[in-house]
Amino acid sequence: MSNLRIDIHHITRVEGHGNVVVDVQNGELQQCDLQIIETPRFFEAMLRGRPYQEASHITSRICGICAVGHATASLRATEKALGIEPTAQTKLLRRLNFIGEMLDSHVLHAYMLIAPDFLNVGSVIPLAKTAPDVVLRALRLKKLAGDTCKIICGRHTHPIAMTVGGFSHYPTAADLYALRDRYVAAGADVAATVELFQTLPMPQFSRDTEYIALYNPPHYGFIDGEIASTDGGAWLVEQYRDVTNEIMVPHSTAKHTAHQRESYMVGALARFNVNYNLLHPLALQAANALGIQPICTNPFMNTVAQVVEIVHCVEEGILLIDELLRREIAWEEPVEPTRLSGEGVGSCEVPRGILFHNYVIENGVIVGANCIIPTGQNLANIEADMRALVPTIMHKPQAEVAHALEMLVRAYDPCISCSTHLLNVAFV
Amino acid sequence: MNADQTKPKPRVAFFDFTSCEGCQLTVVDSLQYHPELLDVIDIVEFREASSDRSDDYQIAFIEGSCSRASDEPRLRKIRETADIVVALGACAHLGGINAIRNRQNLQDVREYVYDGRAHWYETYEPRAISEVISVDAVVPGCPISGAEFVRVVKGLLLGRLLEPPDYPLCIECKLKENICVFDRGEICLGPITRAGCDAICPAYGAGCEGCRGIIPNPSMDAFYTVLREHGLSPANVETRLTLFLTNQVPANLAEEVAHV
Ligand code: SF4
Ligand code: SF4
Ligand code: SF4
Repeated sequence: MSNLRIDIHHITRVEGHGNVVVDVQNGELQQCDLQIIETPRFFEAMLRGRPYQEASHITSRICGICAVGHATASLRATEKALGIEPTAQTKLLRRLNFIGEMLDSHVLHAYMLIAPDFLNVGSVIPLAKTAPDVVLRALRLKKLAGDTCKIICGRHTHPIAMTVGGFSHYPTAADLYALRDRYVAAGADVAATVELFQTLPMPQFSRDTEYIALYNPPHYGFIDGEIASTDGGAWLVEQYRDVTNEIMVPHSTAKHTAHQRESYMVGALARFNVNYNLLHPLALQAANALGIQPICTNPFMNTVAQVVEIVHCVEEGILLIDELLRREIAWEEPVEPTRLSGEGVGSCEVPRGILFHNYVIENGVIVGANCIIPTGQNLANIEADMRALVPTIMHKPQAEVAHALEMLVRAYDPCISCSTHLLNVAFV
Repeated sequence: MNADQTKPKPRVAFFDFTSCEGCQLTVVDSLQYHPELLDVIDIVEFREASSDRSDDYQIAFIEGSCSRASDEPRLRKIRETADIVVALGACAHLGGINAIRNRQNLQDVREYVYDGRAHWYETYEPRAISEVISVDAVVPGCPISGAEFVRVVKGLLLGRLLEPPDYPLCIECKLKENICVFDRGEICLGPITRAGCDAICPAYGAGCEGCRGIIPNPSMDAFYTVLREHGLSPANVETRLTLFLTNQVPANLAEEVAHV
């Protein structure tokens, strides 16, 4: 086929709204864009004039699925601006809360948004009838994830008990013991998850790119640390603008981000490539069983990296609970600010990749804010992948090409609802 | 012939406008905990969870605020198609968190975030769905309560439009025996906020932010009295009242509270 025109409106089973536009003329790829059609949200403007205590509550509403991550990055930015060092207990609780969010999102993505593609159904809803064991397993894991967030911060979507400098509520030892039992019992579901994904044939495609993730040994970096790249180099989170530097590209009015190459990737696959040596031994075993090794350059394997992280998170959850139980949870009032003016950058790895919040605070009121979210950073890389993928499949029927591109975009787990400020509609 | 074939299941569609999609995710969770609902309704459109699409539905759930003129025809089309329209969550019900910026100059907001590219992005002051089309029922909250969503769906199946509670959150909070947030020296909107969330924020040590909306005929005087009794100035409450309730409180709120 020499001409091919694809216009996928509203990619389904992703967060937010996106279009894919591909134009092939006489066998030449003319255009290949991922267009974002979500309305802009203006969170940075909304933060101005608000007391610093509200920032994490407002910014958790950037995304319902990365709400804990946004809240955490927000709290870290505020704490750094105001000279607050959280206690060891607070750090442990935040990390455990993160495990909950990461698990919830990865299970949702792997089981409910990705698996239907391989099982040839349009959604997870019919799967409840045809493969109830698979759906029930996903639900058990999701419930464990949700309950983790619930006992720590009240709920996953828009955490309540996380505040600047600490927490306003603490789980009891009994809560943690009960949760620990469930994490241990989840081992069987995790093993079955690895088995399921061993059987799903990931498309064979690969394109070498730069992978960027937080690096914070000895932890598999989720909160704080340095910005690290598989191309070498490490940067302080305060230098995030040097890494994410937004650039204008001629083929589209959208701003893209690029670091040491024309694009880079963030998310589970990037974390896996950067942090491989810090994975829990069982997660390393799973990686082996799933046939993924660093540096993996197949973007479709992002989902497989998520499965590896599911294994890691469940094991890490047990370790964190043990540490919290060993120390015994004590009631702590949140740490007070040492000053009321300053600037801070907070960073963490939400399920979809590295996230930055940067606030300027004056007399306790936010006067400037900048938030950089993962999907915006991935867009240039998704487009580069599409441009590399299309020529290899453009002889296939249009519907198949469209499906492959949708699968590619979905593999990135894009959270388009929160990504718009880096993006823009490419007019055709 | 079984019952399914004699009585067609109501066709239900979900739509999202400007939102964080947290309410839809809560719906996905609730449906999974209540698979019996999937036996009695037909979900014909749910972009977040399904690739299927349809324009034939009786019940429409709408998440998110209307934040640009081009959202309006889409909303009117949903209104024309559906017999029952339900606003899902604070964004749809109240304008919610999106409306925070309505107290700022629109052009300034656009330029702050997009600089010279401000004109690329269509936007206006975010509003509740009911400010654009008529709405038959609401599931309040940010995020919605999954249990309440299930109750509303079950009510609709029985031909009833369920109303959320019209009494203040404090009643629920007292029943839960929470320590009152005011006793910690912080502000809580419980005295004027619609109950129904089981006072989840006070239960986790945070003040209510009013995400479920203000009760009918709130006693603002009594509320300000409580504030004063705890040594808090009514002016302190202004930012709280403009987290979720920007479109519900007067534009000159600061002057009003300064005079009470
Ligand atoms: S009401 Fe809250 S949870 Fe629901 S979509 Fe709006 S911001 Fe998200
Ligand atoms: S915490 Fe809030 S809702 Fe609860 S009793 Fe006090 S004022 Fe009322
Ligand atoms: S306590 Fe208030 S802010 Fe919290 S969920 Fe209930 S109504 Fe919303």
